[in-house]
Parts: sequence; structure tokens; C-alpha cells
Amino acid sequence: MARTAEQKKARDGWLLSLPALTLLILAASGPLIIIAIYAFLTAGEYSGVIWDLSFKAWFQVLFEKDIFDGTVSLADAHLTIFWRSVRLSLLTTLLTFTFGLPTAWFIATRPLKQRALWLFLITIPFWTNLLVRTFAIMEVLRVEGILNKILTGLHIIPEPLQILYTDTAVLIGMTYVYLPLMVLPLFAAIDRFDFRLIEAGYDLYAGRLTVLRRVILPIIRPGIVAGSILVFVPSLGAYVTPRVLGGGKKMMIGNFIELQFGAGRNWPLGSALALILLLIVGIALIFYVRASASENKDG
Amino acid sequence: MKKTLVLTAMASLMGSSAFAAGELNIFNWGNYTSPELIEKFEQTYDVKVTITDYDSNTTALTKIEAGGHGFDIVVPTHSYVPVFIEKGLLMETRPDQMENFNNMDPNWVNVDWDPGRHYTVPWQWGSTGIGVNTTVYGGNVNTSAIFLDPPAELQGKVNVVPEMADIMALAVYYVGGTDGCTDDMEILKKARDVLMNAKQHWLSMDYGTTDKLSSGEWVASVNWNGSNFRARLANPDVVYGYPIEGYPLWMDSVGVLADAKNVENAKLFQNFIMDPENAAMISAFARYSNGITGSDAYMPEDMKTAPEINPPAELAAAGKFAPACPKPVQDIHTAIWTELQK
Repeated sequence: MARTAEQKKARDGWLLSLPALTLLILAASGPLIIIAIYAFLTAGEYSGVIWDLSFKAWFQVLFEKDIFDGTVSLADAHLTIFWRSVRLSLLTTLLTFTFGLPTAWFIATRPLKQRALWLFLITIPFWTNLLVRTFAIMEVLRVEGILNKILTGLHIIPEPLQILYTDTAVLIGMTYVYLPLMVLPLFAAIDRFDFRLIEAGYDLYAGRLTVLRRVILPIIRPGIVAGSILVFVPSLGAYVTPRVLGGGKKMMIGNFIELQFGAGRNWPLGSALALILLLIVGIALIFYVRASASENKDG
Repeated sequence: MKKTLVLTAMASLMGSSAFAAGELNIFNWGNYTSPELIEKFEQTYDVKVTITDYDSNTTALTKIEAGGHGFDIVVPTHSYVPVFIEKGLLMETRPDQMENFNNMDPNWVNVDWDPGRHYTVPWQWGSTGIGVNTTVYGGNVNTSAIFLDPPAELQGKVNVVPEMADIMALAVYYVGGTDGCTDDMEILKKARDVLMNAKQHWLSMDYGTTDKLSSGEWVASVNWNGSNFRARLANPDVVYGYPIEGYPLWMDSVGVLADAKNVENAKLFQNFIMDPENAAMISAFARYSNGITGSDAYMPEDMKTAPEINPPAELAAAGKFAPACPKPVQDIHTAIWTELQK
């Protein structure tokens, strides 16, 4: 009797979630299928695609036929763009972690009543549009911006620094934008952390670094991994930040894809690139699943 | 209802020759449509006008091709007008038979992209040249060398707008090409080399030229004449250069979409903007020339003498209209552009 009730409950649960699931599957797979088909078609003359099977886009992703002497070689420009995206995303992840860990630790160690306020403060930037926040950072960094005004005003530097339009500016921007995505999972992990374990560590003659390395970090690892994925994935596809703060001189994958759908008029290549981006994200997620699986084994 | 009746009565009292109540949906470039012009059109014809922005010809083309857009009017650049016509997206509204057509400047009637003006009416036209802050660089600004081989004072300080077609055309002209869409590999190779070599001297590749040139944040940038005009009004040190080696001209043109729902209102609008007084409103807002004779009389005084609007004859001759490049040339441009921005 109890079992059938249980079954009914489970079945009802499925039925109730059916609309949401359908929407999710359609919304997630629909565009993806279109992109996957487009990647194997021929580019249209002015935009769009012609329905002729072609593998040219995939060839173009990795190889280029020199437009002047016809020799085929590895697409140096594309690899440079991919590498820049991956490198900047990894650095962003590292930076958000560096700033995020002490922040999350600070919040988690506040009295219960204050924590809500601190978390609330962390989420405030989400209330503002990403573009507006990026332009705000631009105002801070530009040659006649606040940062340079303060630094020259205090005679720390003799002349304003050209930070805007460099990779550094992109890094600062992405770190700022994605920091909350790192802090929140870290906080969730630290919040569950049993602080008596630290004392136990000290009792067993561990130094502060050893406690951090051998006790705290392994236990909050799920939070670290989740935060890193949450930061790394959107960084990889970032479009606005490199476009506005990087000055558009150097592309990241997102900008490169946009070029193919816009002025480049090569939708199949854009689609193939989007799929490659998805592949990189997929690899990152496999890493995530593996990391959390081994975590369970350890636990 | 009452208001409509009153407006109807007013309109008939004013003796307006054509009348149509209803709606009009305009699809135009952002920050480009004079609100006063729209207000006047709405009041004259009792039509509710809705404006939607786009940021590039390909965006407009893609959205319109997809269908279901609900727009009546689109304003593509001259290079894209034949594309729209060829794809059957524009209606043959015969502006050449409209009441105000006699106001159109004869120079703009038999144009390559719409011979005899069977489809489109000029909105605004202008040039892509170079804006320079004279307090930083006092030399000759009428050359693409400002950004393709920058003088010492400007090295590391030049901005280049990320408009592939414009920049490729400027580079091709600079190395001696005469056709912006040339497939001459020698010329294209030289263009690539000059761009690749120049990039080290660029500060950025970004939009926002009006604000950043007038604020002094940028001291030189590839720019459009109307934008530079607005920058100079805010900061008199910003001058506009017409590259003697050759520079692109463009004309945005008002066409009625083949699947427009408010065809009569759209035609009224085409006719409306060929009235000199109305054309002047368009120019007074965005600071580009229109193609209507006699509009000068209604323009702000500063438009009549502005160097951005009135180039000296020998520099005016260097301006060229180019079509949208054929796909093979476009692919080469994209390859060069990718290498440039890698």
C-alpha cells in the first residue's frame, strides 16, 4: 500500500514537471540542432546558408588556405584566438578564486544575522545590466578615469596608465563581473564546514598552511569546483567585456563567432566555432563530474 | 475617437493632398531618426509611428528575410539596396512618380544601386574619413596615413572603427587600388601588409567616436563625417580629414518592404521626406547631408559652412561608392580582418 502511494507520488512528480522538462529540452536542444545543421551547410552570398552539404566550415576552423599563395596550413589566427580565450578564462577563474575565497570565508564566519546582509550585498551587482557594469569599469580604468586620477593625484604614478584596451582591462572586467559566481558556491561550501576540524588540525600539530591545504581545501572542494566551472564557462564565451574593455583589437571566441554571423557573412563557420566552444565547455564539465565523483569516493 | 475626429477635421482643413490614418513601422539605424520629423509626420497624417533600431545591414537583412517582422520601412545602405531588391524584399513604390520627387537632387536620381529611383528615397549620405585632434597633430590630415602609417605624434593613439567594409576599402585605396571590392591579389596583399603593420600603432578598434573624440580621450580615429561634425561642435580642435588616396561614400536609402502592412503610409513617408523642409530636419538631427535640393534653406546655419559636409573639390573627387563585395572577395576580407584582430 505504502509502495503504490510512493509510486503514485513519483509518477505525479514526473507529470507535473513535464511542461518544464519539455520546455527545457526544446529550448536547449532546438537551437543546438539548428547550429549543428548549419555547420555542415554552405555559406549564403550575403547572409544565411544555402542548403548544400559542405565540410568547408570544419576545415576552416583549424586550417587555412593562404589567400595569396594557396598553401594550406594550421589556422594560426584561429588558434591564437582560442588560446587567448582559454588563457584569459583560466586566469579569471584563478583571480576570482583568489579574491572569492577570503570573501566567502569572511561571510561564512559572520554571525548568522549579518550573513544575509553580506550575501545580499554580493548579489546587488546582478541587479544592473552587464553592459552598464562593463561601461562603469571602463569609466574607472580609462586614461582620464577615476583610478588614474587618484593614482596621479596621490603622486603614486607620474603619468596616467593606459590600462583600458589591454588584456589587463579584460581580466579586471571579467573578474569583477564573475566574482559573485565564485563567492556564492564557496560560501555554500564553507557554510557547511565544521570549524572544529581546524582546531583538531592544530591539536595534531599542523601549521596554518597545512590546515588550509590538508583540511579546509579538500573539504570545500565541491564549492571550489562548482565556482570554477561557473566562472570559467561564461568567461570562455564572453563577448561584451573583451569588446568594450579590450578595445576590440584582440578577439576572443565570442567576438570571433559574432564576426562570422555579422560582417564575415559565414554562418557555417560561426556555427562550427560555436560547437567547438561547446566542446570545450563539455570537457570542462566532464572534469567537473570526475572531480565531484572522486570527492564522493574520498568522502 | 474624438481626438481622431478632430485631427481628421484639422488635416482636411489644412488641405493635405493625401491622407491615411493608421500606423507606420520604421526599421532604421539607431540614433538616426529625427524625433521632430516623426512628430510632424504623425500630426500631418494622423499616423502612429513606431521606430525600431538595428546596427548593421546584415542584421536588418537577416531579420527581414526571416519574416514576421511587421516593419513597413527599412533604410539600408546603398551597397545593400541591390541585395534587398534582388531578394524581392523591397516594393517597387516608384518614388520617381511621387509628388515631391522633383526636389531630389538630380545627382542622386540615376544611381547604380537604384537607377531612376524606382524603389528608394535618399535618407542621408556621407563619407568615412578621419578625425584628428589638432592640438596633438598639426600636419596634413587628408590622408589615410593617419591610421595606416601614423606620424610619430599619433603612434599608439589611433582608434580604428571595427567596420570591416570601410577599413578594407580605405586600405585598398591607400595601396593604390581603385575598386573597393577588387579581386587583384597584389593589391589585397599590399592592403593586408599595410594593415598588419599599422596595427601596432593603434590604441583600439571601437565605436563611440563622437564622444571620445570630443572628450579628447582619442586624439585620432577613423570616423564618419556627421559624427565628426558633432564632435567638433563640442570640441573645436577635432578636424575631419578626407583621405586623398580614396575614401568610401555611402547613402542610406528609404525603401518600403514588399510585405509591408501599411503600404500607403509608407509611401506617404517616402514622399514626405522628399520635402526640403522635412529633409532638413533629418540632417539637422544626425548632421549628415540629405539628397534633397532646397533643404539647405531650412538647415541650421552651421551646416552650410561645415567642412565635414562641404569638402573642397579635389578631395570630394576621392570619395567613392562601392557595392557590397561579392562572396569570394568578402571571404578574403574576412580572412584579413581575422588575422588583423587575432
